[in-house]
Amino acid sequence: MKESRRSLTAGTMILIALASIGFFVAVYRFIYGLGAITNLSDGRPWGFWISFDLYCGVALASGGFTMAAIFYIFCRRKYHDLVRPAIMTAFLGYILVVFALLIDLGQPWRIWHAIIFWNINSPLFEVAWCVMLYSSVLALEFSPAVFERLQWKVPLRLIRRIQIPLVIGGIVLSTGHQSSLGTMLTLMHDKVHPLWFSPMLPVHFFISALSVGLAMVIFEASLSAKAFNHDVDVNVLGGLGRMVPWVLGPYLIARVIDVIFRGNFGLAFTAFPQNLLWWLEILGGVVLPIVLFSMPGVRKSKSKLFWSALIVVLGLMLNRFNVSLFILEGRPGYSYWPHWMEIAISAGLFSAALLTMQLANRYLPVYHLGPTDDAA
Amino acid sequence: MSKGVLFDATKCIGCRACQVACKSWNENRSEDTANRGTAENPPHLSADTWTKMRFTEIEGKDGFQWVFTKLQCMHCEHPACATACIVGAFEKTKEGAVVYDAKKCIGCRYCMVACPFGVPAFEWDRPIPYIRKCTFCFDRLKGGMAPSCATACPSGALSFGDRAELLAEAKRRIETAPARYVPHVYGEKEAGGTCWLYISSVPFESVGFPKLGPERMSVFSDPLMHAVPPVAVVVAGLMTGIYWFSKRREKIAAHEDISEEKE
Repeated sequence: MKESRRSLTAGTMILIALASIGFFVAVYRFIYGLGAITNLSDGRPWGFWISFDLYCGVALASGGFTMAAIFYIFCRRKYHDLVRPAIMTAFLGYILVVFALLIDLGQPWRIWHAIIFWNINSPLFEVAWCVMLYSSVLALEFSPAVFERLQWKVPLRLIRRIQIPLVIGGIVLSTGHQSSLGTMLTLMHDKVHPLWFSPMLPVHFFISALSVGLAMVIFEASLSAKAFNHDVDVNVLGGLGRMVPWVLGPYLIARVIDVIFRGNFGLAFTAFPQNLLWWLEILGGVVLPIVLFSMPGVRKSKSKLFWSALIVVLGLMLNRFNVSLFILEGRPGYSYWPHWMEIAISAGLFSAALLTMQLANRYLPVYHLGPTDDAA
Repeated sequence: MSKGVLFDATKCIGCRACQVACKSWNENRSEDTANRGTAENPPHLSADTWTKMRFTEIEGKDGFQWVFTKLQCMHCEHPACATACIVGAFEKTKEGAVVYDAKKCIGCRYCMVACPFGVPAFEWDRPIPYIRKCTFCFDRLKGGMAPSCATACPSGALSFGDRAELLAEAKRRIETAPARYVPHVYGEKEAGGTCWLYISSVPFESVGFPKLGPERMSVFSDPLMHAVPPVAVVVAGLMTGIYWFSKRREKIAAHEDISEEKE
């Protein structure tokens, strides 16, 4: 079979190697403690993992609820084929986030404490609950792919019956934790640079998550079309692309008006070097994609769509790294640069997720959504 | 009645008896230190060092001078760590101390990031790590005793008592000797007020104290968290409405298709 001959390509081997390195580093961490594999310190207690795996990971996994909303709630049926892959990547993304947290937490075996010890004032408490519940929702939303494969009719019917409440629940939970990741930063209003700080941070976080949700679906659909040899309609991707300026536009206005309103716009010219990061983020990550996705030529070309989506993704990652690391002041007298083993953990987890995706693509009906009650 | 400690930097002689008393009462390990060209040691607060003296060499009103300031948990009136903690492991007690329940902690370290004074420390080198910080000697406080650092102070720089009384005392000292102090009681209003209060002959920014407004750290996050339930209801309602609407439009469109075919 063509499939099995392809199974151990160089790419797959590299992924397996990276995942294995990550695994051994994780074992080392559990024996010798976080200090042994990280450059984290009392002055910089959150580092690469929180920025990359949590802040970027959660935002980049927003394609799941964005596509579910577009297809099931707004009933835009032409996006049918993108729904299930988006939900699968979101599900994998959240599992990746949870695994990363299991490495990052001091005492991961106590992660369930969040269920019995409540602090309803803690934004992190809300993030934890939403992530926990939303991962379950994603598992249920993705489960039909497994049931179809196993030909289990009864659970399949059950899931379809609760499909719409499930999707709405997922949207509510996503709104909750995507924005609460921003609320988390408002507790550090003394340390977040004024070019970024705002009580509106949760709103900024939510809108930007929507935009990157669309971009990630374009990005992944283009990539997997190449990787797994199936066709994707440029009109469908272009349709998603058309939505991007409608999301990034309000985001740009919210960000800029906020800075002006708070009287901090002058800092965009004086606060070196933070202002460079701010301009790069605003011009490169927001204005440029608005322009690109507004051009009909871009929306009709698969490769242009792909590169434009990538710019949105990179812009969002820069934003999340900025607010959670680069422009978030640490304690004086400390510096931080990630240890190679911190990177190895994240790379390992990412590779494991890609490998899982590869397996899912081979064994599960991922690229079509089975008949739904709604797909009229 | 909330307790407090007043630190008068003009009376401190930098002997670090408080630092030693803290280590011995709390049975904390000593740290390996290096000569960093200053008598100040160790460089930072840490899991094993819950209080330390900061030595600042500064040009003051009367030329060069040393200013000694004591660092430890400030025991905020509205602690950011307590708001941050995902499992509610921090508690502001009626005595004023902010105490930590190690049995709840999952090690997320949000408290460390949130603290405006850079206090909570983590046991980075241990496989089963906890957050560690000054407890205001809560075990002594409950028995009506002063914290061990305040007991050890030989120069009268540390006074233990009711916070309200200490605040009045601090203001009295500044008023009686305005030439000796800057007119600022650090901790009266900072981040919503702290149980530890400071007076000094030099501005507090010049000895590395963070400049903080009078708002509690959770001034923005509290209302945002309270908005979560109503926002959830609105989003759920909105989505249900949109679903109903777009579903109906879809049905009408399908119906029209059928009627067109009939014609």
